[in-house]
Amino acid sequence: MTRHLPLSLLILAVIAVQLLTRWTETAYYLTPLTMTAYYSLVIVGLCLLMGYAGQISLGHAGFFGIGGYLSAMLTTKDLMAFKENALIALCDKLGLLVHGQDMLGVSSLQMQPWAACICAILVTIAVAYAIGIPVLKLKGHYLAMATLGFGIIVYRLALASPLFGEADGISGVPGFPLLPGLAVSGDFSSRISNYYLAWGMLAFVMWLLGNLIHSRVGRALRAIHGAEAATNAMGIDTARYKLNTFVLSAVLASIAGIFLTHYNGGIGPSEAGIMKSVRYVAIVAIGGMANLWGALVMGALLNIMSLRGMFGTYDDAVFGAILIIIMLFAPQGLLGISLSATVKRIFRRGE
Amino acid sequence: MKRSFTATIIMFAASLALSVSMACAETIKIGAILAISGPASFLGAPEARTLEMLAEELNAKGGVGGNKIELVIKDSGGNPEKAISFAKQLIEEDKVFAIIGPSTSGETMKIKKICEDGKTILMSCAAAEQIVNPVAKYVFKTPQKDSQVVHAIFENMKANKITKIAVLASNTGFGQAGKGQIEKQAPEAGIQVVAAEVYDSKATDLSAIVAKLAADKEIQAVINWSIEPAQAIVLKNARQAGWKVPIYQSHGFGNIKYVEAAGAAAEGVIFPAGRLLIADKLADKNPQKAVLVKYTKDYETKFKEEVSTFGGHAYDAFKILCRGIELAGANREKVRDAIENIKGFVGTAGIFNFSPADHNGLGFDSVTMLTVKGGNFVEYKK
Amino acid sequence: MTLELFSQYLLAGITYGIIYAIVGIGFNIIYNTTGIINFAQGEFVMLGGMTAISLHQWLPLPLAIGAAVILVMLIGALVEILFIRWLDRPSVLRMIIITIGISILIREAALHVWGEGVRSLPYFVGNEITTVQVLGARVSPQVLWVIGVCAVMVLGLSLFFKYTLQGKKMQACASNRMAATLCGISTRNMVTLSFMLSAGIGALAGCVMSPITYTQYDIGTGLAIKGFTVAILGGLGSSMAAVAAGLLLGIIESFSVSVVPLAFQDAISISLLLAILFFRPHGLFGNKDAAGLKEF
Repeated sequence: MTRHLPLSLLILAVIAVQLLTRWTETAYYLTPLTMTAYYSLVIVGLCLLMGYAGQISLGHAGFFGIGGYLSAMLTTKDLMAFKENALIALCDKLGLLVHGQDMLGVSSLQMQPWAACICAILVTIAVAYAIGIPVLKLKGHYLAMATLGFGIIVYRLALASPLFGEADGISGVPGFPLLPGLAVSGDFSSRISNYYLAWGMLAFVMWLLGNLIHSRVGRALRAIHGAEAATNAMGIDTARYKLNTFVLSAVLASIAGIFLTHYNGGIGPSEAGIMKSVRYVAIVAIGGMANLWGALVMGALLNIMSLRGMFGTYDDAVFGAILIIIMLFAPQGLLGISLSATVKRIFRRGE
Repeated sequence: MKRSFTATIIMFAASLALSVSMACAETIKIGAILAISGPASFLGAPEARTLEMLAEELNAKGGVGGNKIELVIKDSGGNPEKAISFAKQLIEEDKVFAIIGPSTSGETMKIKKICEDGKTILMSCAAAEQIVNPVAKYVFKTPQKDSQVVHAIFENMKANKITKIAVLASNTGFGQAGKGQIEKQAPEAGIQVVAAEVYDSKATDLSAIVAKLAADKEIQAVINWSIEPAQAIVLKNARQAGWKVPIYQSHGFGNIKYVEAAGAAAEGVIFPAGRLLIADKLADKNPQKAVLVKYTKDYETKFKEEVSTFGGHAYDAFKILCRGIELAGANREKVRDAIENIKGFVGTAGIFNFSPADHNGLGFDSVTMLTVKGGNFVEYKK
Repeated sequence: MTLELFSQYLLAGITYGIIYAIVGIGFNIIYNTTGIINFAQGEFVMLGGMTAISLHQWLPLPLAIGAAVILVMLIGALVEILFIRWLDRPSVLRMIIITIGISILIREAALHVWGEGVRSLPYFVGNEITTVQVLGARVSPQVLWVIGVCAVMVLGLSLFFKYTLQGKKMQACASNRMAATLCGISTRNMVTLSFMLSAGIGALAGCVMSPITYTQYDIGTGLAIKGFTVAILGGLGSSMAAVAAGLLLGIIESFSVSVVPLAFQDAISISLLLAILFFRPHGLFGNKDAAGLKEF
């Protein structure tokens, strides 16, 4: 029962905040809140990887970038020139393409957002497996640097390719119609539905991850984090567990990238850069490495403050300072005590 | 009886006067999204300083039409997602009348639709053609068009009988737009682009690529298109490698700091720019001279650094916006229409002639060819 | 490819290669005494250049550079004392995050002190357009200064470690910390010394390279990445290997321009880093077993 308490609190808080913004006519707060929900998706995935499986990743913004850029590129690239190509014609027959008109009225051909989303996720899984297998054999500094290197390569590729819009990124990304009447887009009219969609997704993922952590898989992960050799000796295939966790966290980051790109209507190389990756790590650290809810709460707070410009020109400096202070004084994170343990203690006193 | 009657009349008159004056003294909020920190800080920082200076000056004179201006400046750091977030915040929460900026084309393109949907005037300080083509009713830009700048360079090359060139562009939107225009216009100008390379905006050494290009003896001139400090590196590396061909730069060279960074290697560089950089050398009868000299003097006195064309773009944006408000009052649609009909407005980048189809307003004559002599900008004379 | 072009590429490669090598050596020195990879190494290079430029307003060039190097060494010591010294056997993850945080703070501090502008030290000899002919290539005389000063630093370091008492003490710490403490060597001071040394060589490299490129508040990150690519390429812990690896990386990057578009030049060093990490993490010259024994 107490295990589901944080989740219920989250859902209540989400609804409460929305009603509050309606009551005080401050509906514009929903925009940074929605963006924050998507960033939190990356953060909880990273928390699973770093805190529970014990693998550091300094390049997770790279996966966010892969998801975001691929879906952006596929939904904006005009395929009219390739209309005769066999593969494109096949996609058209399968209903994967959208016939539209560009801004000058000339007909154009782009990929359906759903098809683009699936493509992006599949590519992410492939890349995560391809990178994960060699990277996870490394330890310590080498692992950190390999992930950092991965993040930088994604950033450099995005920056160097005209296909990905080089330094300016991609704009004009259309909305993502999920169901009739529900689309992921930045239009003012669909703001409330997008808010609930984003936080709903996050709540669902928290529920999934919560179940994962309390299952056999979760215990295996914690065992690996604690003592890998011993776990191996017990017959658990540590390599496979680490790899799957890595891929799962990559997919979460990628999905966040896809949805946020459709919400913002675009993406730029800074989303895949080192500073973003460092930010994610900072938030996981401050929330407590192995504390999903801590990471979520801290992530929400810090991202909202950053998005609203509260840190001004000191934005990066704030995250750098947080990193140092937390790591020096509170390596278990600010919310080192897990929420459920605190709740349990309170309940126990009542008994 | 009589005294209290008089008192009431006075109080009534006073409160009437107060309410009337309060109705008149509304502040007009103008937002600005600029890249004050981060990789585009060379653009955003002077832009922000210029805006602050102008707003202060205007408010000291009582504002525009009796309304004071309140500036709300946000630092996007050159990040598009921050630009989006701030744009939405400025439009919905601060309910700004208009937004000046952003500093880069990438950020502008991301918020173009948001401003259009939010019916908020956007005066962009970025150069990309797509900002005003296709025209969005509320979106304007103040820097010159790339196509015109490239045209000016090609005219100069034709006069100097240059037919084979190499292009070096930085990997930013500005660099890529320029490279695109160069490659597009080259055939009709009778010029062949023998080699085209893209360098990282944060590059610290380009001697390898310079060596490669210098080895090709066919290349008669180089166009170096960038707005970052790395453009100075190209100059240094080229001259140090003993490569003596004429080097042309873009209008992104318009800051004396780049000349200082390149030192003696900047001598003889040819580039098109607005006349702001040679303000004091203009003939007195030049229509722009008065405006340019005043801005230069005010900026340099206040901030102890030299003017740049980037600050000038913010100057133009602010002044044009205020002119629109002067003409049409504080009504968005009317101001937008008013701006569209402004003709002959003297700005730092040139003389603006807007129209419903042209939301940039600058023509070929807005740029003139400049060169560097003795560490200073001077007009190019054959 | 003509001899001239070949020499031009070669010289450009050696110039930058040796700068990467110095940063790599800086990593190795700290790593050897502490097992920490100092992600803030690149910032020392940046600070060296920036401080020298500021001091040059009042001091003649050689004094400005000397004073800058000493100042940055003190900053290095300060960083160690404030952030590293009192940690009790921290985990690798914790150390990585702390040094990343330190590098961010130094960079942001530099932004707010010196602004976003670019600066350069004046050329030691000549100016922006003087060139000399070397092996058929034309380069600025400053290039020779860079290669010369860095080579002298490498030589100086190897002599320091081999023949001086302090150097030998540091090597003892690197080999076996417990044994070194038992011998009466103050390991805490050795750690501080290693930070000072790394900061010092980084700062000097930053000063010599400033004229041919430029110094800006954020050049540190890129250099740090190239630096540890080089350190790992050579094999973590070995300074001589770092020099060889640095020259190799510089030359590869330089020659790559002739076959690959310039836009991908930076991706090459990262790809090399990943390739080494995946296939031969102990580096080109490192020993697999020795690397396995090290406590990273």
